[in-house]
Amino acid sequence: MALDKPYSDIPGTTIFDADMARIGFHINQFAMSLMQAEHRERFKADERAYLDEWPMTEEQKQAVLDRDYNRMMSLGGNVYFLAKIFSTDGLSFQFAAATMTGMTQPEYAQMMLDGGRSPEGNLYKNEEKQGET
Amino acid sequence: MAKITAGVSTSHVPAIGAALDNGKANEEYWKPVFAGYDFSKQWIKEQKPDVIILVYNDHATAFSLDLIPTFALGCGEKYKSADEGWGPRPVPDVYCHQELASHIAQSVITDNFDLTIVNTMDVDHGLTVPLSLMFGETNAWPCKVIPLAVNVVLYPPPSGQRCYDLGKALRKAVESFDEDLNVQVWGTGGMSHQLQGPRAGLINKEFDNDFLDKLVNDPEAQARVPHIDYVREAGSEGVELVMWLIMRGALNDEVTEKHRFYHVPASNTAVGHLILENK
Ligand SMILES: [Fe+2]
Repeated sequence: MALDKPYSDIPGTTIFDADMARIGFHINQFAMSLMQAEHRERFKADERAYLDEWPMTEEQKQAVLDRDYNRMMSLGGNVYFLAKIFSTDGLSFQFAAATMTGMTQPEYAQMMLDGGRSPEGNLYKNEEKQGET
Repeated sequence: MAKITAGVSTSHVPAIGAALDNGKANEEYWKPVFAGYDFSKQWIKEQKPDVIILVYNDHATAFSLDLIPTFALGCGEKYKSADEGWGPRPVPDVYCHQELASHIAQSVITDNFDLTIVNTMDVDHGLTVPLSLMFGETNAWPCKVIPLAVNVVLYPPPSGQRCYDLGKALRKAVESFDEDLNVQVWGTGGMSHQLQGPRAGLINKEFDNDFLDKLVNDPEAQARVPHIDYVREAGSEGVELVMWLIMRGALNDEVTEKHRFYHVPASNTAVGHLILENK
């Protein structure tokens, strides 16, 4: 019997559950390897060659090369692991978060200063569902 | 006898640590965040805890996907500040109260909580930022710290109820330890925040304040709140808040709220902080 995943109807959100951890095992372990300076250097010198050392799918590798964080997460990446990639790039959590929302960093930073993204309209993929639950 | 006298909960936003370490604490952006801890710094100087059981989570620092313990109790001699990719935070090593830690392990596991024991690991911002917020800059932390790492990275984390009950088992363990010790339990992480996906930046003040009220006054009800409510309402990373229930479970049913602070934003996150004393 399939397990209930009530979080699948949260908009704009990928929950890193055991299934995602299975799919994303190698992309996350690759990202984790960037904790070490010598690995960061090798990755920066030739990203493609470094990625090819990991048994990741071509899609996962391309998402890393493109720094497409939403794509990486849809392919099993978890944000705390992926943070090692944008840290290697010298970029902040706020910068990375902004790219995931399609906003510029100043726009995103202003949204946070204004109190953050409102929960209103952001809790259910289909707002009509709100009545049912 | 050892005794749990108080609980502290606080967010552990990495940017707070970076602001402190890079001398930005007096900037307009950060001033109101640190001001929320002025009372706390004074309070803890007077309290002089001997040991803090510090509940936090590792953020893909000590634990990769190689090994993901749900509850990991630090029983080793000392723990260093981790290099999270931009060099370790320049803070002192954390020294464990090993006798109390091993006593807790024996007691709590006997009480049906299957803890993992960690003797060797580095500790990340989840543990060091709360220490910095409460003790400020120092060459040595003024007390022993027993790390209790909770998995909240891989879903599902332990349930709120399980966390609350673990707090009760911790209390029983501490109170059966012979040495006279003033012990505090800290719960860290939260409050509402989402660091990922198109919904990144979610902040839910209503949820957060309701959580604070319930945690203080009706923790049994808060313990029953399912994960889906946290991830939907407080963001995918807001589920860290279940760790505060371990702190609350370790205290009396009735507590005195000595201090409360809530502020938005610190980087991507709502900052919350409570000091609760046993009545
Ligand atoms: Fe955290």
